[in-house]
Amino acid sequence: MSTLLEVQGLEAFYGRTKALHGVSFGMVKGGITTILGANGAGKTTTLRAISRMVRTTGTIRFEGQALERRATEDVVQLGIAHAPEGRGTFVHLTVEENLKLGAWGRRERGNLKDDFERVFGYFPVLRERRRQAAGTLSGGEQQMLSVARALMLRPRLLLLDEPSLGLAPLVVREIFRILRTINQTGVSILLVEQNAALALDLADHVFLLETGRVVMEGPSDVLRKDDAIRRAYLGY
Amino acid sequence: MDIFIQQVVSGLATGGIYASLALALVMIYQATDVVNFAQGELAMFATYICWSLINAGMPYWAAFLTTLAIAFVGGVVIERVVIRPVENAPILSIVMVTLGLLVICNSVAGWIWTYLQKPFPSPFSPNPFKVGNVVFGAHDVGQIQVTLLVLLCIYLFFRFTPLGLAMRAAAHNPVSSRLVGIRVGWMLALGWGLAAVFGAVAGMMVAPVLTLEPNLMGGVQIYAFAAATLGGFTSPGGAVLGGFIVGVVENLVGTYVSFIGTELKFTVALAMIIVVLLVKPTGLFGSTVVKRV
Repeated sequence: MSTLLEVQGLEAFYGRTKALHGVSFGMVKGGITTILGANGAGKTTTLRAISRMVRTTGTIRFEGQALERRATEDVVQLGIAHAPEGRGTFVHLTVEENLKLGAWGRRERGNLKDDFERVFGYFPVLRERRRQAAGTLSGGEQQMLSVARALMLRPRLLLLDEPSLGLAPLVVREIFRILRTINQTGVSILLVEQNAALALDLADHVFLLETGRVVMEGPSDVLRKDDAIRRAYLGY
Repeated sequence: MDIFIQQVVSGLATGGIYASLALALVMIYQATDVVNFAQGELAMFATYICWSLINAGMPYWAAFLTTLAIAFVGGVVIERVVIRPVENAPILSIVMVTLGLLVICNSVAGWIWTYLQKPFPSPFSPNPFKVGNVVFGAHDVGQIQVTLLVLLCIYLFFRFTPLGLAMRAAAHNPVSSRLVGIRVGWMLALGWGLAAVFGAVAGMMVAPVLTLEPNLMGGVQIYAFAAATLGGFTSPGGAVLGGFIVGVVENLVGTYVSFIGTELKFTVALAMIIVVLLVKPTGLFGSTVVKRV
């Protein structure tokens, strides 16, 4: 299997504060990788580093191309879609406009119709709400919109930041079911999640982050059985 | 009654000018939280360019359109060269930069074209026409048409084109816009360009009435502030409506309230700003913006 994303010695800074202390990990094409960790461990910062939203040192390679010197807008053009923490919805704009914007950074322009059909297939509720301002959607619907908008890019890598945050368990289960379907169409997923049980179910590979360092990694079925992980993150 | 209708129409005509300039102010304010104090002076400068083109023998409408193109490029260049370097500075610093631009435009215009008043042509017939007993100035009516046409174009642009959508997105949510691949910096520059175009329209429409001089837009800008405050700095539609309201109110008050007359008309605009800020600080159509600090 070939490498999709390769991160080496990544350090990230907010002002003078160092948030990542040399994070290294790799991702294979077609997989679902999850980053686990407590609050403040650097999960979100890792995603932000890949999307070039935070100052970093170290190397990040996507399909062999260095990302460090690129702007956020250029990273998007390589096919990396980021559904950020807090969903990043354009609340003033309609659902349809949000989705159109999702395709803005795409290399192949052309017909959006198929893409609309595809995301409405995943999330039928968005079709009903297409003319509504995104700010009027429920939390779950906004999360669906966030994922749907990311898919409009036809991404090769999808960065998802806490898609379960603040949502009812049933809605979360639905979203995670769709994430698996999306992955089966060939989109690799890098997932940051507080809900470790859910994340371990979905992902095939896991990295555990503690205070800005990778402290453990491995296939999810192995880590699920690890005592330390079980006690700290699964709670039994 | 005839006088009343006449005054309303001429109020709408000047109101259209306030509306254009107010729209320019609001567009930049929405995208950057900065009030561009130089907006009026940029408009004045564009009007001088149009005057020079006409004097060099260009037909009016050709000069008009050329000026719009020059204003657009000028707006984009100013954003890139002057505003971009202070983009992340505190708002007050950016405001100071726009005040600096105001002074520079004003003095450079005076230096190139002198401070003498110059007549500026109107593209519309000089003869007023009559409907029933009501007399309309042809320039007033033409001015209203031009303003409405410009507003319609800009509405269609923002509402129905992908670029317009991207510009709205960039103004409301720059972070998410970058994440979908929109070049937010360029969208801001385009916004400055479009704002300069509205200003130029306002300048070229008001110049035949006020005659052209470097302080052409000083008063107009105050009215535009009143219009934007009245309609709400967060609402482009509100600012436009505010422009027309300010124009009409200004005219009617000048006509019917004898102690105000023409001398105190200006005070009306300032009074409106104060009243709006006291009673409804967000303006008629503005929304309260909640910010995390």
